[in-house]
Amino acid sequence: MTHSFPWLTVLIFLPLAGAIVLCFVKDAAVRPIALGIAVADLLISLPLWWLFDASLSGMQFTEQAVWIPSPPIHYSLGLDGISLPLVIMTTVLMPLCVLISWHSIATRVRGFMALLLIMEGAMIGVFAALDFVLFYIFWEAMLIPMYLVIGIWGGPNRLYATVKFFLYTLAGSVLLLVAILALYFQGDHTFDIPLLSQGTYSTSLQMWLFLAFFAAFAVKVPMFPFHTWLPDAHVEAPTAGSVILASVLLKMGTYGFLRFSLPILPDASKMFAPLMVGLSIVAIIYGAYMALAQSDLKKLIAYSSVSHMGFVTLGLFTFNIQGIEGALMQMVNHGITTGGLFLCVGVIYERTHSRQIADNIGLTKPMPRYATVLVIFALSSIALPGTNSFVGEFMVLAGTFLWSKLAATLASLGIILAAAYMLWMVQRVAFGVPSPTFLPTLRDVSPREMATLIPLVVLVFWIGIFPNPLLTRMHPSVNHVIARTLPPVPAQATALTEPDMLTLPSTDESPVPLEASRP
Amino acid sequence: MTFSPGDLLLVLPELLVVAAACVVLALDPVLTPPQRDGLAWLSLGTLAVCMGIIASQMGQRAEAFGGLVVIDDYGCFWRLLLCFVAGLTVLLSYSYLKEERLHIGEYYGFVLLSLSGMMVMVAAADLLTIYLGTELMSLSLYVMAGLKRAESRSLEASAKYFVLGAFSSGILLYGISLLYGATGSTRLPAIASAIANQSPDNPLLLAATIFIAAGFGFKLAVVPFHMWTPDVYQGAPTSVTAYMAVASKAASFGAFLRVFIEGLGGLKTDWSLIFLLLCIATLVLGNVVALVQTNIKRMLAYSSIAHAGYALIGVVAAGRSTESLGGVNGIASVLLYIAFYAFMTFGAFAVVAMLRKGVVEGEEIEDFTGLAKRHPLGAFLMLIFMVSLAGIPPTAGFIGKFYVFMAAVEAGLPWLAVIALIFAVVSAYYYLRLIMLMYMREPGELTPDSPRLVMSPSLSIVLACATAGVVIFGLYPRPLVSLAAQAVLALK
Repeated sequence: MTHSFPWLTVLIFLPLAGAIVLCFVKDAAVRPIALGIAVADLLISLPLWWLFDASLSGMQFTEQAVWIPSPPIHYSLGLDGISLPLVIMTTVLMPLCVLISWHSIATRVRGFMALLLIMEGAMIGVFAALDFVLFYIFWEAMLIPMYLVIGIWGGPNRLYATVKFFLYTLAGSVLLLVAILALYFQGDHTFDIPLLSQGTYSTSLQMWLFLAFFAAFAVKVPMFPFHTWLPDAHVEAPTAGSVILASVLLKMGTYGFLRFSLPILPDASKMFAPLMVGLSIVAIIYGAYMALAQSDLKKLIAYSSVSHMGFVTLGLFTFNIQGIEGALMQMVNHGITTGGLFLCVGVIYERTHSRQIADNIGLTKPMPRYATVLVIFALSSIALPGTNSFVGEFMVLAGTFLWSKLAATLASLGIILAAAYMLWMVQRVAFGVPSPTFLPTLRDVSPREMATLIPLVVLVFWIGIFPNPLLTRMHPSVNHVIARTLPPVPAQATALTEPDMLTLPSTDESPVPLEASRP
Repeated sequence: MTFSPGDLLLVLPELLVVAAACVVLALDPVLTPPQRDGLAWLSLGTLAVCMGIIASQMGQRAEAFGGLVVIDDYGCFWRLLLCFVAGLTVLLSYSYLKEERLHIGEYYGFVLLSLSGMMVMVAAADLLTIYLGTELMSLSLYVMAGLKRAESRSLEASAKYFVLGAFSSGILLYGISLLYGATGSTRLPAIASAIANQSPDNPLLLAATIFIAAGFGFKLAVVPFHMWTPDVYQGAPTSVTAYMAVASKAASFGAFLRVFIEGLGGLKTDWSLIFLLLCIATLVLGNVVALVQTNIKRMLAYSSIAHAGYALIGVVAAGRSTESLGGVNGIASVLLYIAFYAFMTFGAFAVVAMLRKGVVEGEEIEDFTGLAKRHPLGAFLMLIFMVSLAGIPPTAGFIGKFYVFMAAVEAGLPWLAVIALIFAVVSAYYYLRLIMLMYMREPGELTPDSPRLVMSPSLSIVLACATAGVVIFGLYPRPLVSLAAQAVLALK
């Protein structure tokens, strides 16, 4: 499927070109131009949603050009049902990141906005790349801008946090490079991702490669026990940095598992599945438990991210349609909900200059609109039915239940704990008596801030109530991945028809079709 | 030996460089200091003409002076690179020497003389000719390292460089004599056929290989022959350091690869083991010791040691590879790596030279604190060079590492790539520390009399060339990749 218009190239290079333009414009024009470029990128990405043919499992909007002839590295882009939602999530979030930084970033605005746009281009590139080397280049190109964003505009302990972030993620991803090269020589002498996903590799090679992939992706997700960089980086990063980290950067890790580990290394993925599920459950419970103990809002959300991302990795390694689609849903949902929560923290931080829960209590009276939005995001984070996370987490748990009842039971503990830490946080922040020192500063959200929050609120309910458009676009691609992980002889029909019978309770709000269409 | 006048035409670039050097040396005493600037332009013009001639020589293969010198794509690749780097050096020195108040016209003469030595090294197909080139290069560099006559550090650097350099030349010469004893020739093709006709277990051959490897080890500054590097790099004037770190290393690699592939290719199982050990030691020591440096020139010295280690991976891969094609890829990756290394390292030294202002030495890493506020463009360029040195895409440094690691994996050494990558992460720490100082720390109190940093026009050209190389080849490496592949095919 070749479209005449190079959608993805424009999506990637418009922000990069915008970053260069920003270097040459007047100071006063920096913010509006950055916003304009981010919005333009969003507007260009939206048609893809409708142009996308939901009946196909292959790549769409593909573009290919030879970049280096020997070894054959291509500039090769494309989207399928797995990457499309993530790309659009990225383009939706970026204008919001620019808006939330409007006043909170006061120094070196030009550099900040340019780095945001560079990151946007690199992130879209990660999701759209169909060549492994190209993917790696975009993947690594994210590091330096993020390093600078945290290190220059971050909080007091930013130097420690940013170096830790950088070295952790770099150390994880260098093994990926060796794995890519090994795959090239063991496979068909190609870096083409769809071609690599069709090859067969010996089990021992798969195991080594899986471990190398794991090092890169698990640090990025981050999975327990590689998560320790995340709370530091989140706490120190400026609001927009936190949003990008939580909403997009972490998804690059789970996207890696789904795009590479599962289809390219199906045997090893199955072999390591118990370990992955185990680590996911530990992350779910440990993250939630740690979140309970936090007094810093950003740290609380950071640990809740560890817990939520545990659900994503859990769903991925169940190898059934509910689990993987739920995980993919959850990736989008976490981007929306956690992004929203970080935006909320940014809004309140601009007023009280404190992220401590103890300093930000009783906001309902002085800031009623703010409190409403905060509660919506908090409830979405708990996965209340009617919100987006409910759909995702339910599907993940349903998929896990088929895989192991024990694992599903343990994972559902995470939801209970999530309710505990989120509701407790809401109870203190929204209700209670505001501290008199901060009361004069507590203006309710401005129209600009409202504009950053409302799109996410809309998405929370839209996906929560009507997830079908999203799911139908995912189905063929996810089935395609699952087909790779099945044994070549489709003899175990019974084990796989079982999912069909387990349908979600058809509440009016979430009519989730779960026909596990067999490939 | 047969000699035909046509041979002189083949080595015209070398002759031009030597002639220009003589003119510079002769004119220097009769010119007033302001007029000596003209010598720099004369040198630049000569280099530009030479690059043109060399470019026109590409694609052919001709032997001159009865096989002492070979003009092939391989040699032309290095000669082009060397002339280019020498041109950058002249431009960098133009403003830097004024800052250092070194009004020495013969400086450019020495740049050209050592360049001619380097060009001979990479074009020679005879061990003694290579030795002559090495000596011509080194003797000029010894003088250049000591040009800051008023400073004891510079003199110490010169003396140290001379003593150790002479020592290593002796070792190299000894290895050459042993090899002559074992094979009866100093010509690389003759040596190769002599080795093919006898048992590779000949102890004399092994001893010769080890001595020659050690002799080149000094020139390449690989561990454990690196001891002179930090002191010399620190003591020498920065423009000379940049020249040494890039050009002399490139020329040494050029000659070294030709000797070991064309001459000693039959012993590759032996020497690949030697270089494997040297490579690992170099990667570990270079990167770890660089972590604790407080002087930027020392840090870059250790970084250049480490980068020689990365390039050695390609050599090891070439030696280990069973396929001839794999060997070609390994060597090509070395060529690419050194070419990319030239851009980024020269650029980094150029920024260091820019910081030299008035009383400020600009050589302590602390001097970079808050550079992003004092000179945003300089800081940004340094950021690009550091990112590239750390091997992070989308820069040329990444492409270089990619090809080297690819050669290693292809040769069945993925574990070597893993070790190298782990130390690449270590190296990222000290490169990033510089970025952190420039961007994330506030500059100290700026007193009214603290010097303003200015980028002189000649320095801007140097930085523009280096940045363009790092960025353009990072995004579009194809031209250089095919040039390197073509060059390697000329090696027999």
